[in-house]
Amino acid sequence: MVNLLEAVLPVVQQAEHAAGDFVPLLPGLILLLPLAGAAINGLGAFLWRENRTIPSVVGPMAIIGAFLVVLVNFFAMRAVGPHDPAIVSYWTWMAAGDLSIGVDLQFDQLSVLMMLIVTGVSSVIHVYSVGYMGEDPGYSRYFSYLNLFVFFMLVLVMAANFPVMFVGWEGVGLCSYLLIGFWYENMDFASAGKKAFIVNRIGDFGFLVAMFLIFTHFGTLSFTGVFGPAPETLVYGGAVVTLITLLLFLGCTGKSAQIPLHVWLPDAMAGPTPVSALIHAATMVTAGVYLVARAGVLFALAPVSQAVVAAVGAGTALFAATIATQQYDIKKVLAYSTVSQLGYMFLGVGIGAFTAGIFHLMTHAFFKALLFLGSGAVIHAMHHAFHSTDRHEDPNDMRNHGGLKAFMPITAATMWIATLAISGIFPLSGFFSKDEIIWSSGTYGYTLLWVVSVVAALLTAGYMTRLMVMTFHGDNRMGDDVRPHLREVPAVMWVPLAILAVLSVVGGWVNIPEALPAIPAVGALHHWLEPVFEPARHVMAEHGFQQAHSAPLGGGEALWAVAATGAAALVIILTFRALMRRKYVPAEEAAEPAGVAAVLYNKWYIDELYDRVVVRPLLALWRACWRIVDEGLIDGTLDALASGTRMVGWVGSLFQTGRVAGYMFWFVTGVIVILAAFLL
Amino acid sequence: MDIEGYSLVLSALLFGIGVAGVLLRRNAIIIFMCVELMLNAVNLTLVAFSRTLGIEGQVFVFFVMAVAAAEAAVGLAIIIAIFRHYELVDVDRFNLLKW
Repeated sequence: MVNLLEAVLPVVQQAEHAAGDFVPLLPGLILLLPLAGAAINGLGAFLWRENRTIPSVVGPMAIIGAFLVVLVNFFAMRAVGPHDPAIVSYWTWMAAGDLSIGVDLQFDQLSVLMMLIVTGVSSVIHVYSVGYMGEDPGYSRYFSYLNLFVFFMLVLVMAANFPVMFVGWEGVGLCSYLLIGFWYENMDFASAGKKAFIVNRIGDFGFLVAMFLIFTHFGTLSFTGVFGPAPETLVYGGAVVTLITLLLFLGCTGKSAQIPLHVWLPDAMAGPTPVSALIHAATMVTAGVYLVARAGVLFALAPVSQAVVAAVGAGTALFAATIATQQYDIKKVLAYSTVSQLGYMFLGVGIGAFTAGIFHLMTHAFFKALLFLGSGAVIHAMHHAFHSTDRHEDPNDMRNHGGLKAFMPITAATMWIATLAISGIFPLSGFFSKDEIIWSSGTYGYTLLWVVSVVAALLTAGYMTRLMVMTFHGDNRMGDDVRPHLREVPAVMWVPLAILAVLSVVGGWVNIPEALPAIPAVGALHHWLEPVFEPARHVMAEHGFQQAHSAPLGGGEALWAVAATGAAALVIILTFRALMRRKYVPAEEAAEPAGVAAVLYNKWYIDELYDRVVVRPLLALWRACWRIVDEGLIDGTLDALASGTRMVGWVGSLFQTGRVAGYMFWFVTGVIVILAAFLL
Repeated sequence: MDIEGYSLVLSALLFGIGVAGVLLRRNAIIIFMCVELMLNAVNLTLVAFSRTLGIEGQVFVFFVMAVAAAEAAVGLAIIIAIFRHYELVDVDRFNLLKW
């Protein structure tokens, strides 16, 4: 109870409090509001299951309230200017020997930015959920999970040390599992949730071991205690720091769905679409990017790890983009698109362009949330139309869509904005963020990754146009009886789309590159995050890092920006024209993909590969344990003991004849033997 | 050999006869009597030793006699019950009380 009071009241103990420092306002409230929302809605799932009003008010309001508090903090922090991170300490969580871990929150430019993104996008998606989940029987339960997710995500980004971050890290994984398997009556959905959880655990193992290593070398796990002295404590490029960062990155590949642990994210689309938008696109999956950026100093000290992160990121960006070109499920396309865009973010933070990575994280949160919510609107409308006519076609399959822009103009328009944004068309948000990553990879000396990222960017424009054409353009493929039931989604759903569409347009303007100096807010985000990334950049600069002034093929940033947006526009126009000529047929009549398309449609057979290489050998091993060790060795030993005992008992029972004379004989014999023993 | 020696020899003989009777005879009444014989052989030993070792031996004899009397009552009752059931008292024929 005392702890709760401390959390609400603005009692702040700052680690190194100095005049002019930033003092967070109501820091505990940011966490308590979503947690309280989760508790109330969780209770509601049992007590007022049929009540739609309480969850509809409590769920979104808890998050909007937290957003407002974060917003106040953001402006307060802006007013203060650059400063050391403000640490808010609550109570000691664990204390054992040298180890002392407190429940501490860190307020710096990076964590406040992440809090803004998390609570801001969450608010919009919570409102949207009121419309999307309105008729679901698990309405209150849904908002409980969603509130709880926001709570854990905030713990993750606000943590001031690794263990508290890990609590958030695991908590979001739990909520992800709960929400993927939200419709748990469906066996496939439930096992998709399980898959996500198990694959994430593999990554978490890396995170944990990295924490142990950090503790053995620093004796502390707080961010300030590790990142401050890291350049002196650890050898540049040494085995220790390389191992720590690679293990941390293993955690990131799990959470952020990078090769080789990307397999869970497409399956995670089994959850409700707003969940896909919030957890599996905008926030949770970006936790890995945040972690790499947060531990930027460590990564800067380990050039090998940096190269690994960047290569995995770029590789994933291209790999996932190729798969996205041949998927028919609208959410699967977006899922692979998310994996691909996360690859870009890792490319950014991996090469050391931390701001670029975080910048893309932010803009991606806007346009990918918009894309998912738009696809949710489509699915919602399709589902209703099919439902009203008692048809059972898949509302997610784009082969069943077509020509929806006539029925859903707002959804179509907002999704086109997001498509242009993700494709990198000037002046939408994706143009600035993605272009900065690609430009950085070219000028930081990663020529091969630069080529890969350019190709992936063109693929992005291609598969997104394909999605738009198949869904919104051409002829409608739903059948004449279904078509009249199609209508635009209600305002509670399209207003969030519109908000995100605005953000998708203007979100990139917070960090306009210096090459385009006409607009006043040049590099605003870069300057904002500078205090956080300065130590890492300093380490890189000390060890000979230099940014080139032109791309590998020559040419300045402005030229390449024009070329990039021109190329993307060209790809969009060509894809649009090519696909508009193609005749699509509904999913039930469509032929199986063949050739290269089949490989891409089946996701390069990675799931099958894992099944053969990991799952089945493990199953065989467990079967061997069961048959040989358990049934053979353990059961065999116990059975032998039991039958041996019974054997002895059977021999003993031979003496029990029931004849008095026999008993007497053995009795007297016994007496004689004992007497003889005494006497002799 | 003094009186105690004779008494002990006699009691050993009586005890041996009792053991032999219990082992060899089949009639439950006879076995029962042989058991009594063994008890009284022991009584005789106790009395004989009490001459030199003290009065406790004779006190113990009374206990044995009291217990033997109780045992006789129970034992005879069982034998009568068996006889009523089977019309015989041959111990070789009662072998149902086993595993």
